Amino acid sequence: MAEQVMKSDGTRIVASERGFSFKRFILQWEWMLVLMLVIVNIINISFSPNYANFTNVMNAMRDFLDKAIVVFPMAFVIMLGEIDISVASIMALSSVIMGVCFKSGIPMGTAIIIALLVGTACGFINGIILVKFKQLSSMIVTLATQIIFRGIASILLETNSVGGFPSWFNQFGWGKVGSVPIILIFCIVEGLFFAYLLHFTKFGRRTYAMGNSVTVSRFSGIKTDKIKLIIFTVTGLMSAVAAVFLASKMGSVRPDVAKGYELDIIAMVVLGGVSSAGGKGNILGTVLSILVIGLLRYGLGLINVQSQIIMVIVGALLIIAVAIPNLKSSIGRPEFLKSFIKKTPAKN
Amino acid sequence: MNNIKKFFFSNVRELSLILVIIFISIFVQFRSGGNFLTSENIRDLFTESAILAILSVGMMMVIITAGIDLSIGAVMALAGMIGTTLLKNNQALSPIIIILVAILVGTVCGMINGVLVSRLRILPIIATLGMMNVFRGITYIVSGGGWVLQNNMSQAFLGVATGSILGINNLVAIAILIYVIGYIFLNYTRTGRQIYAVGNSEESAMVSGIKTKKILWLSYTLMGAIAGLAGILYVCKFAAAQGETAVGYEMNVIAACVLGGVSISGGMGRVQGVLLGALMLGILNNAMPLINVSVFWQEAVRGLIILLSVISNAIIQRNVEVKALRRRNI
Repeated sequence: MAEQVMKSDGTRIVASERGFSFKRFILQWEWMLVLMLVIVNIINISFSPNYANFTNVMNAMRDFLDKAIVVFPMAFVIMLGEIDISVASIMALSSVIMGVCFKSGIPMGTAIIIALLVGTACGFINGIILVKFKQLSSMIVTLATQIIFRGIASILLETNSVGGFPSWFNQFGWGKVGSVPIILIFCIVEGLFFAYLLHFTKFGRRTYAMGNSVTVSRFSGIKTDKIKLIIFTVTGLMSAVAAVFLASKMGSVRPDVAKGYELDIIAMVVLGGVSSAGGKGNILGTVLSILVIGLLRYGLGLINVQSQIIMVIVGALLIIAVAIPNLKSSIGRPEFLKSFIKKTPAKN
Repeated sequence: MNNIKKFFFSNVRELSLILVIIFISIFVQFRSGGNFLTSENIRDLFTESAILAILSVGMMMVIITAGIDLSIGAVMALAGMIGTTLLKNNQALSPIIIILVAILVGTVCGMINGVLVSRLRILPIIATLGMMNVFRGITYIVSGGGWVLQNNMSQAFLGVATGSILGINNLVAIAILIYVIGYIFLNYTRTGRQIYAVGNSEESAMVSGIKTKKILWLSYTLMGAIAGLAGILYVCKFAAAQGETAVGYEMNVIAACVLGGVSISGGMGRVQGVLLGALMLGILNNAMPLINVSVFWQEAVRGLIILLSVISNAIIQRNVEVKALRRRNI
């Protein structure tokens, strides 16, 4: 790691002891994201004249903010060094259950609460399995539960869809306060809450610590199991919230809703500088990366770029973004260039 | 007696899988009124699982290095699409050339993944996730959003999936060949053993003189080549190539590996286990329609069985470890 400064006696210098350095401040990943955001906006403005318009940007927000709801808790999951690929299936299952409840005559408000409970339960199941069986990796467990949750959704609704929700329900996805969409307001509140949780509470500091090393954290008295369980449960709950917004936006629910969302969500988190090796990242970065990916997609869509080409661009952007910090730390070393030209000489 | 015990403890994974497979087979045999264990159905079963089994060997190598490859579904689609587009434009091309082209496409894709993971040190899950989007997008661009259908494919090419060698279906024969090569490669060659070493601990491997970057790169390249081969076989078997070919297939392959006892944290996994894992998934796919499990239930049942077998394996492994510790009389 480049930023781990060592003292002469071999102990690591903690960030707070290092003091402020302008160079380190300017080399932060967030500036990179700001730069990307500026470039994306310049491209969008120059190609589509109607882009730089408050209403249009607000409408664009509605397009991708349902994913953003899950991005914040997912950042916590990835910060732990874990992963949750079942979020899209939780979205499908909870929205389908909401639809089924509504169809069977339960009032919409209660149906929404049931959906949220289902999402929470799904997240809890993921968490409890991971806590009880520590040797299982979260990738495998959530891979299996992903299949199960979507499977249950398709048992419930088969290939049908449920729609015809009351008109107030549509306000979640389409409603506005003034000219700001409700979903944007929700995301801002949620982002602030998660930023507070991560950066200003014991819980957040412990999450960072667990991302660095679970064993060390446990030996220093952190209830690692509890934190892991809470984070996965909250991820389930927020997936259900996202499902409510998505169902409201689409006006109906189907078992195959939100397919492939988990990959977009993980991409947003990783582009935001949260390290899936654990223990690194912050909420500001994820917010910026949500905007970068979301606005890029929206802008490219405006100028009629095929969605497949957008796929290529987003994929390439993800890889370049992740490769740059690695390149930065390895280009300084002479072996890096040599390794391309000839074999690295063995170190003694 | 001691030898039997030793054999049992070192093969717990495979033996328990075999037990589960036997149990499921007997159950399905009775429930379906004897339609499961007929020679015809078993032949179908092997043909259906062949492609999954082929891919599992490659995925196993990648997972052993503590990596993962999420891009294989997209690589399969790309290789299948480029292969069949060539065929569409020139019907006279021999199937061998088409297959070689597909393997070449897959190899190039794998090389790119390998460079990203080994040289640029991008985490495998992120690198292959990004490349999955890229490859899938390129597939759409190559195809122009269209399909290559059966009437665009030559009879010789379609015959690859339906024909047989020595009474064994070609797909199964290719799978057997890949497994024999994989078994020898991973167990009896230096490079194969080095893959395990890198997966156990990259640092120790590097210190002991293994060129870890090369090994990492090689395992992704081999995965790519295998995905290319599997992709063209997939397209050949279903007689259609499109942008959506094999979407999400990587999850099946990872599931087969995990069922077969490959540890996601790297360094552990055996060819024989992975074969059983792939067969088990194949049996589930084949048996559920036979005992009238509705289409909508099949997904959930499959997921539940994966989850249960992973958990039960964790419990078995824990007990075995506890027993092994006790036997040492500390």
